[in-house]
Order: sequence, then structure tokens, then C-alpha cells
Amino acid sequence: MLLIPCPWCGPRDEAEFGYGGQAGVAYPRDPGALTDEEWARYLFFRDNPEGPFEERWNHSAGCRRWFNLTRNTATNEITPISPSGDASPPGNVATGEVGTASASWDAATGGPR
Amino acid sequence: MTRRRAGHEGQVLRFTFDGRAYEGRRGDTLASALLAAGVRRVATSVTLGRPRGIFGAWTEEPNAVVQIERPFPEPMVQATTIPLYDGLVASSLSGQGRLSPGPDPARYDATHAHCDVLVVGAGPAGLAAARAAARTGARVVLADDRPEPGGTLPDTAETVEGRPGAEWALAVAAELRALPDVRVLSRTSVIGYYDHNYLVAVERRGEDAVTRERVWRIRARRVVLATGAHERPIVFSGNDLPGVMLASAARAYANRYGVPAGRRAVVFTTGMDDTAYDAARDLAEAGVEIVDIADAREGRLVTAAIGDGDEGLRTVVIGERGEGLGAMTGSREVEADLLLVAGGWNPVVHLFGQAGGELRYDERLGAFVPGDAARAVQAGRNVVVAGAARGATTLAECLADGETAAASTPPTSLATPPSPSGGWGEHVWLVPADDETHHFVDLQRDVTVADLRRATGAGLRSVEHVKRYTTAGTAHDQGKTSGTLTSAIVAQVLGTGIAGLGTTTFRAPYVPVSFATLAGRDRGALHDPVRVTAMHDWHAEHGALFENVGQWKRPWYYPGPGEDMEAAVLRECRAVREATGAMDASTLGKIDVQGPDAAELLDRLYTNLMSSLKVGAIRYGVMCRADGMVFDDGTVIRLAPDRFLVTTTTGNAAAVLDWMEEWLQTEWPGLRVRCTSVTEQWATVALAGPGSRAVLASLAPDLAVDAESFPFMTWRDAEVAGIEARVCRISFSGELAYEINVSWWHGLALWKAVQATGAVTPYGTETMHVLRAEKGYPIIGQDTDGTVTPADLGMGWVVSKSKPDFVGKRSFARADTARPDRRHLVGLLPEDPDALLPEGAQLVACERLPEPPVPMLGHVTSSYRSAALGRTFALALVSGGRDRVGERLHAYTGETLIPVTVTHHVLYDPEGTRRDGRPDTSEGARHDG
Amino acid sequence: MADPTPPREPATMVERISPLAGFAGVSDTRLRVREIPFLRQTNLRADPGKVPPSLGLRLPMEPGTWLRSGGADVLWLGPDEWLVIGDVDLPRSEDVAVTDVSAQRTTILVAGPGARDLLAHGCAIDLHPSVFGPGRCAQTTLARAQVVLVAGEDEEFRVLVRASFARYLADWITDAAVDY
Repeated sequence: MLLIPCPWCGPRDEAEFGYGGQAGVAYPRDPGALTDEEWARYLFFRDNPEGPFEERWNHSAGCRRWFNLTRNTATNEITPISPSGDASPPGNVATGEVGTASASWDAATGGPR
Repeated sequence: MTRRRAGHEGQVLRFTFDGRAYEGRRGDTLASALLAAGVRRVATSVTLGRPRGIFGAWTEEPNAVVQIERPFPEPMVQATTIPLYDGLVASSLSGQGRLSPGPDPARYDATHAHCDVLVVGAGPAGLAAARAAARTGARVVLADDRPEPGGTLPDTAETVEGRPGAEWALAVAAELRALPDVRVLSRTSVIGYYDHNYLVAVERRGEDAVTRERVWRIRARRVVLATGAHERPIVFSGNDLPGVMLASAARAYANRYGVPAGRRAVVFTTGMDDTAYDAARDLAEAGVEIVDIADAREGRLVTAAIGDGDEGLRTVVIGERGEGLGAMTGSREVEADLLLVAGGWNPVVHLFGQAGGELRYDERLGAFVPGDAARAVQAGRNVVVAGAARGATTLAECLADGETAAASTPPTSLATPPSPSGGWGEHVWLVPADDETHHFVDLQRDVTVADLRRATGAGLRSVEHVKRYTTAGTAHDQGKTSGTLTSAIVAQVLGTGIAGLGTTTFRAPYVPVSFATLAGRDRGALHDPVRVTAMHDWHAEHGALFENVGQWKRPWYYPGPGEDMEAAVLRECRAVREATGAMDASTLGKIDVQGPDAAELLDRLYTNLMSSLKVGAIRYGVMCRADGMVFDDGTVIRLAPDRFLVTTTTGNAAAVLDWMEEWLQTEWPGLRVRCTSVTEQWATVALAGPGSRAVLASLAPDLAVDAESFPFMTWRDAEVAGIEARVCRISFSGELAYEINVSWWHGLALWKAVQATGAVTPYGTETMHVLRAEKGYPIIGQDTDGTVTPADLGMGWVVSKSKPDFVGKRSFARADTARPDRRHLVGLLPEDPDALLPEGAQLVACERLPEPPVPMLGHVTSSYRSAALGRTFALALVSGGRDRVGERLHAYTGETLIPVTVTHHVLYDPEGTRRDGRPDTSEGARHDG
Repeated sequence: MADPTPPREPATMVERISPLAGFAGVSDTRLRVREIPFLRQTNLRADPGKVPPSLGLRLPMEPGTWLRSGGADVLWLGPDEWLVIGDVDLPRSEDVAVTDVSAQRTTILVAGPGARDLLAHGCAIDLHPSVFGPGRCAQTTLARAQVVLVAGEDEEFRVLVRASFARYLADWITDAAVDY
């Protein structure tokens, strides 16, 4: 039973969390502009290293926040990415790419905002 | 028969073994009581049928595995660890026990503990460590598997801090128990060491306790393993006979239980240390005649033990060693009924190994000792090993070790074992002979040196492979006495070093644990949560049978007197199609979505457009994963410009909320939307059938219910049966229908009011399924399986062409999702209108099955009898199905091929004339179950 | 921004039935367990920096804590989420999402010197008074049900559980209570 450091609630048993796979795989800026292969890479291809791996977790039975951490897949050593007590929303949008993707969504949809 | 030493005459306890009545004393184990009663043979070996006796005195015991018959049948319990109690009934085994055919009446549970320091083992090192840690104010858990503290101290006559060891241990334990933040767990075996210093222990609370056994799940900042050492046997011919015993075990029986294990004893020691001589002295004091001591340092080895049936050992053969191991010169035969074997000590490194610590072979100890803990510590297992478990050999060393271990020094500082105190002999694992078929390495598995030679002769070079080939080390004791021996003898046979060969992997559990214990209270009614609605008791009182949907209990159907399922469901279906039915629809997931960007979020997640929905209106929607496959469906109700109520399928409520949160938090944090589950805020009654308008009107006199005032796919707030309600005009049956939502607290009152109209038939999920299937409405998860697109379901209309993007859209442009041979949802009509297809049946085009591989076209997803159609029908996913309408296929039942005709998936009222009494062909009139 | 008739405390006389109606509970010197039914509960979501003073409530900003404010108990559920227990009307706005969740969960009181040990049977978080003392709350699991656990004074705990799970959890607590 891993002990996972939720940036908000502190360390909790693994059973309280949902696993979100590799971190930093942002929704593509303009899916329509991608080739089938590029789209398939977004959908299906993920890294699978032995060693440190940046991944997403969701404290689903607690505060329901998503966050990132680094876990060594060989030893389960966990290194928090954003330290607990950080006042800003921590890990869930860890990489700048994701924010960019968010902005691009609006550009792509020409949505209301 | 009892030859009990003075000072050990406790309360008499009566027990039965193999049908004979015996007496023991309080404080005995079954093993000590049997020895005191003179019982020598306690088991029969598993493959060779040889008599076996008691070999050890605690968890290392490989032989004395018995069946407990009363109070409750329990197979394969070590006689050396079971405390004797009055009325115990046990019998001997031959390798295999018998599980009880009946349920275990005892209670089991689990609990959690958190501490700064967990000390495993309450021997001298463990007690010293726990005391030192507790004195710093730390939160301490001390867990030990014996009934009394002190580890092996009560087995010996040693003194600590000027007091007899057993007395000292009791005093320290008492001091610890008095502290508020220290928990002392006796009879508690730590069985597993898992990630991030999570350890699992099993507490045996006793036959009289309310809870017989308890699992402790312990999260410790730091773990001190003070798990001691097991004495190692030596292998010689006949080393399995009753009467051959570890020297430490015989010493324990003499000192702890006051039981001399025999009358005339020979001691065989490798001379690794002098504990065999201590044992001999203690046994002599207990009245045992020590007739010879064969010390390998003097070149004297026991070459054979010779026995006599059930009585076991009669004669010990001692040889004088010449030059070289195999060459024995001269021999002496000694009459004896007890042979004490002392081959050195194996530190108990099981938990350290489980923690990921590296083991190191120590040449001087002839054993594997904890090596570098760095890897374990790095992986979040802050662990330190103390005392005999890391190779300490004297009491003083163990005590000092414990003190150090509790201090906050880096754990790796204890990685180097202390220097031996001198008097070391050489390691003798095996006294070889020409015939090694009675040289036993693993007593429980009947594995001999001859077997090990056969394994290496077959080319095996790894101990892991030898273990699997011979089964050495795979018994209940997991090789506590045989593990190091196996490695050493295989190394000797192969002519390689033990260090390079290593050990097999240590795995949990350290001692056997029953499944009942692991199940705890999660069994029977508490095995899994049962979720019920506010109306559950009414359903139960009215004879409903229930269907499990996720963790929910949903009414399946309500059989009337004399009705079977088929009759009940046909009756319920007719009621909805011809009059009015009512169903408890409370289990649907409900999510309140609010904020200025709520419509934008829904536009991005649903395949169809939600932002155009008017306040007061309702729209059916489908969600796909990014791969374009249908994930969930339900209705979206617009409550306000910035507020929606989304419903989900019963089983997907949590997943859909998680899905929304995931996109909001990880991709679109700029969207101002908040999602809140309100599934149990509302109780819902579905009212369906041509009479439902009149029923609603009678319950809600102030609500205008005519089709113009209250059109399809709109909602109204109203008072229904005197209760504030939100009424939605949606249908999952094709009939005129409403869903009435009230507070969960009023759910039962509403349901009763609906029933009190006398015009309504309660119906369950089976009828709901039949009615929706007649209309061709899929159930997500039944008619879909994660490989089905909206277009595959014939619902291309639900996929927006105008939105620039939504989750899943890009995937609809993949070549694969446009293949003409994709599986489409179609209807099937069996040619025999009474033939009910099995759900899951494969569909083929041919009338006879060819040789495999059989080309399969799809499978049946739903299959029912229809009252409205007057026949059976099915839904199926069929390759290119929409182009096969009218084709004849065959459904394979496992025995026969049933001919069917492919039809459009909407089989009932395809024009949609029934949903409000007027013809209407627009789609979307639906809602999930 | 006003909703058409938001559902709330019903004005009607129709009988309300709580999820644990008829629950015998536990009444013992070591342990007291009973349902506290029909508490008005409001879910409140907002960015911590955008909570308008007009809300009339002080919100706990430290994770896992609760406080009493404006006649209500306000529980931290997440960095942008609170549960308000009490009879207060909270205005919905662009920045503040307000949802009535009164019937979503019921409340089980678990109190007495045996309360912590009882809860520890099914709850994996550290319940030691130095870690989970009065003023703390946690969303976690108890047995196999998700709960909000609220620590009060005098070894009193409130366990908020979804209505559909309430009977399961009450049965579980009753079963676990045999040792206390």
C-alpha cells in the first residue's frame, strides 16, 4: 500500500487515489490538424521507464484534486513535485504545455470566451 | 507419563490428540504438552510416509503440523505455536489438512495503527529498542508473536540487568504498556513488509476473545527488526526421526515449559558457538542424561540416526573424521532417545528481505545477514535490524544493539555485524554418505540431499530453480530450517560459493495466515457495501427481487402470486405499454454543473451541442472518450443560463464526475465551472405509460400536464403529492413518461403516494431493459463495450457536425471508425418466435459450423421476450450490420445454431407515435436506466 | 442568476424519513453511536481569493480543518470546496457555486472514549489526538464507504456518509462495536 503525498490532504493510502498515467501529455492544440499517427500517439502511446516517472494521481476519495508526482517505478520512491503547503493549485497542471493547450482550445473552438 | 519439572505445574488442561485424551498445563503449547505426555510421533511425512516428531519449539517447526478439529476445524497448524487450551481436539496430518465445509463462526477484524517506531520482536534487542524509543516520547508499537515477552530469554537461564531474563522482560513490557503512546501487541506476527513502511501483522487474540484474530495494518516512520535467529539443523542419515531435535528447541522445552524432551540425549554440534553446551547443561539439570557430545571441532560427527517405528530414535552413530569430509574412520553407536542438533544460527531476515534490503553471506556465521539497507530506505522503507537478526551472538550485544537501533542514527550504521566472540568452528551442513535418500533438507516436503543432487544433475544452477524443481522451502514454514541448508548444499554440490548462489526470495506471509483472518469483517452482508434507495424497504416488503447494479440493489421485478420471472416481466411490460408503470430511478448519477462556463464545458464533453439548450428544456447526450468510443449517456437539464443538472448511468456516476473534474483541473483550469455530485440529494420515480399523464395530474393538481403546456423534453417545478418536486418529461420506453424528483428524505412518501393512486404497476429493471430494447435504446456497458462509437449505435445524429471540437471528435475521422465492416447495433428476430437467444452468443453466417477458425460476425448483447411484439427479440453488434438488414444469420448457443433475421434496431413504434399521443419522428426521446 | 425555485427545506407537511430511520445505534459508556438526521448542508465552491465578504461566512483555508462561523460549521473539503452545515442561505454568484446537498449525506455521531479505536478499524488515516484533534476534518474512507470525518470536542466525531451507503456503514459500525 503506497503512501501517496496529496499536496492538500497530506500522505494518504494509495487506495484513496486514482491513477492518471504519465504526466504532461497535453490535449493537442488542434486535434484536427494532426495526422492519424500523431493522434494515435496522443491517444495510445505512453512512456514506460524503469526508474523515475512523472505521473498523475487524483485524490478521488479525498479532496478530488489532480496532481503530479515523480515515482521511481523500480523502487516506488516518491518525490513530490509541488511541496505540500503551496498555496497555489499544485500539480495537476504541472507543465506549461497544458495551460497552452487550454488557451488553444478557445482558439480552436472560437468559443464564447 | 508426564515428567514435568518443578515450578511448571500450572493449571491442568485436557486435550485430545489422535483420539486419545491427554492432560497438559496452562502455558503449554500443544507441542510441549505432547512431549510431556511422551507422544513422539505427531505427523507422517507427505510423500515417504515416514514418522515425524517435534523438531523445533516455535515458528521454525517443519514437522509438527496438525489438524485442529475443535472448536473449529483448522488445517495445518504448527503444534509448536498453538497455545494449549481446555478442550482442544487435534489430530496428526500427512502433509495436508482439511478445510471446514461449514462457515467459520468466529469473528475476525482488522484495524490500523500509526507510529514513529515499530519494533518487531520483543526479545532482548526488541525490548531494549522499544524502551529506548519510548523514553524519548515517541509513539511506539512493539509486536511479538509469543504470548510472553522476552523472545528466547525464557528458553534460556540467562539473566538481564541482574534479574532472570523472563522476569526482566515482563518488567520492561509492563513499563512500556503503562505509557499512553506505546502499544504492546503480544501473540502478534508481523507477516509482511510492504511499500513505504506499511507492515501487516496478525494478532491471535485467543479462542475466548470476542474477535479471534485481528489484522493490524501499521504505518511506521521507522521499523526496528529485532526478529532474532533460528537454529540451523545439520543433515545426516535419518535426521528426520522423532527424537531428533534442534538443541535450542530442547532447551526451550526444558526451561520454558519444564518438559525434558527425552531421557538419554546425544548432542551434535558444529561448534559454531557454545549454545549447544548451554543446552546440554540445562537438559542435564532437567534430568536428561547426556550420553555424548559430538563436536565437529574435534572431528566427531553424527553419521546416522537409527530409529524404531513410531518410537523414533533409538541409536545414534558417531563417526571420527579423517582427512577430508567424506572419509570417516571408526564409529561408535550410542543408545539414545534424543539427539540435539546445533548447526549454528540463521538470522531471521525474512522481513528485511521483503523490505528490499540486500542480504550478504557472512563466512564466519555461515549465514545470510542483513547487508545494505540503502535500497530499502531509499524506497521509503526506513528500516534497521538489531540483535541476533543481524548476527549479534551474545545477550550483551543484543541489548546494546537495541538501544542503538532506537536512537536516530542512520539505519545503515548497523549494516556491519559485530565481531564474533570467538570459539568458531567450521561450517558443517551435511554429513555425506553414499546413500543420501534419507538425508533430509526440507522435512515437511520430504526433500533430501539426493533430490538436490538430482536437480543439479538436471542442469539447474539457481536456488530459485532448485526450489521449484524439488519443492524445498515451499511448505508452511517457507524454509525457515531448510533455506540456508539448501543454498549451502547446492553450492557444495556445484562446487561454488554460497555467497554467489544466494537465497530464494522472501515473501509474505512470514507465518501461515487463514483467509478468514484476511477477510476480517468484510464478509457476508458486509463483504461489499450495499447501496439502497429511499424506497428500498417498500420494494422489499412488496416482494421485489433485486438486481445488483454496481453496489446498488435495484428492484429487478415484482413477482405476483404464482408468477415466475417471465410472467412477471411480461405483465409489467404490458402495464407500461397499455396503462401506467412506476419505477424507482433514484440510482441514476446526478451532477450539478454550475458557473459562467458550464455550457462551454458540456459542449466540450458531450458529442452534441448543449449550449443551445434553453432554460427549462432537457437534451439527451452522449459522452465519448478521446478515442471516440461511447463512455456514458444521459440527460442534461438546463436549470439556469449558468446551471445544468447532468444525469449519468447508474454505474458510471463517479466516473463521469471524475471525468469532468479531470478535464477541468488538468486541461481547462480557466473554465469557471464547478461540478458537485447530487446523486443522493434526489430520489426519483419514473412514471411511464399512456396513463401517466392522468396519474401525474391527480398527484399534482396545480401542474398543467397537457402536451402543449408541458412538452416532451422539458421540466417543471411543481408540488407532487404535497412534496416539492422537479418533474422531467423524458422517456426511456417510448411511452409518455415523466420522472419525478424529490428530496431523498421524501422519496418513500412520493413512491407510496404514486402507488396509492391504485393506477400504477411497479416495475423493475428487467422490464425497463425490455422496453428500452424494443425501442433500440442501448445500455452503455451492456450493448457497448468500449469499442463502440455513436455511429455504430445508429446514433450519428447525436454527434455534432458544427462544433469545431469535442472530446472524441478527432477519432471519428480515423480510417478505423469509418470502416464499413464495423459492428453496428441491430435487432435480431429468431425465426422461432419462442427461441430466446443467450446474451453473449456469437453470430455466424453459415448454417453449419466449419472447422475453426470460424468467421464470427458479432454477438448478442441483449435478449428478451416482448409482450408488445408477442415474440422474442434481441439486440446485437454485427459486422456491417445495418447493411445486413433482412439477412439470415445464426446464433451459436454452444450446442445448436439458432436461425435469426437481422432487423433495424428499433423494433417497436419506430415512428415514435406513442411518446405524447401525437406522431413525432424526431430522435432523442430517451434517457438511461 | 436566480434559479427557478431552488429546492430546499420543504414547506410541506409530508413526513421526512432519514436514511437511518430506526437505527438502534450504540449506547455505552465507552461508545455512543446514533444518527443526527436532517442537517441542512450546502456545498460551496469558490476560488479562495474570490470569496466575497457578502457571503457572511469565514472559510477555513487550512486543509483538513473546520470552524464555526455565522451559526454554521464550515468544513474544508478541498482547496476550492467547503461544506457548510447549518441553516444559512448562501447566495450563488459568478464566483461562488452553491449547491444544496442536505439529503446527499446523513450524519452519524460516534462518540466516547472508544470512538477513535472504533474508527481506526475502518479508517486508514492517523486518528491520534495530536494529528486528528478537535477542529480537524478529513474526506477519507471508513470501511468501504467514502465519508467526511469531523473531529469535535470531548471525543465526539461526526461521520458524514452518503445516504445510499448509510445503512451499510451503520451495520459495519454496529458490527465493529462489539469489541467496545
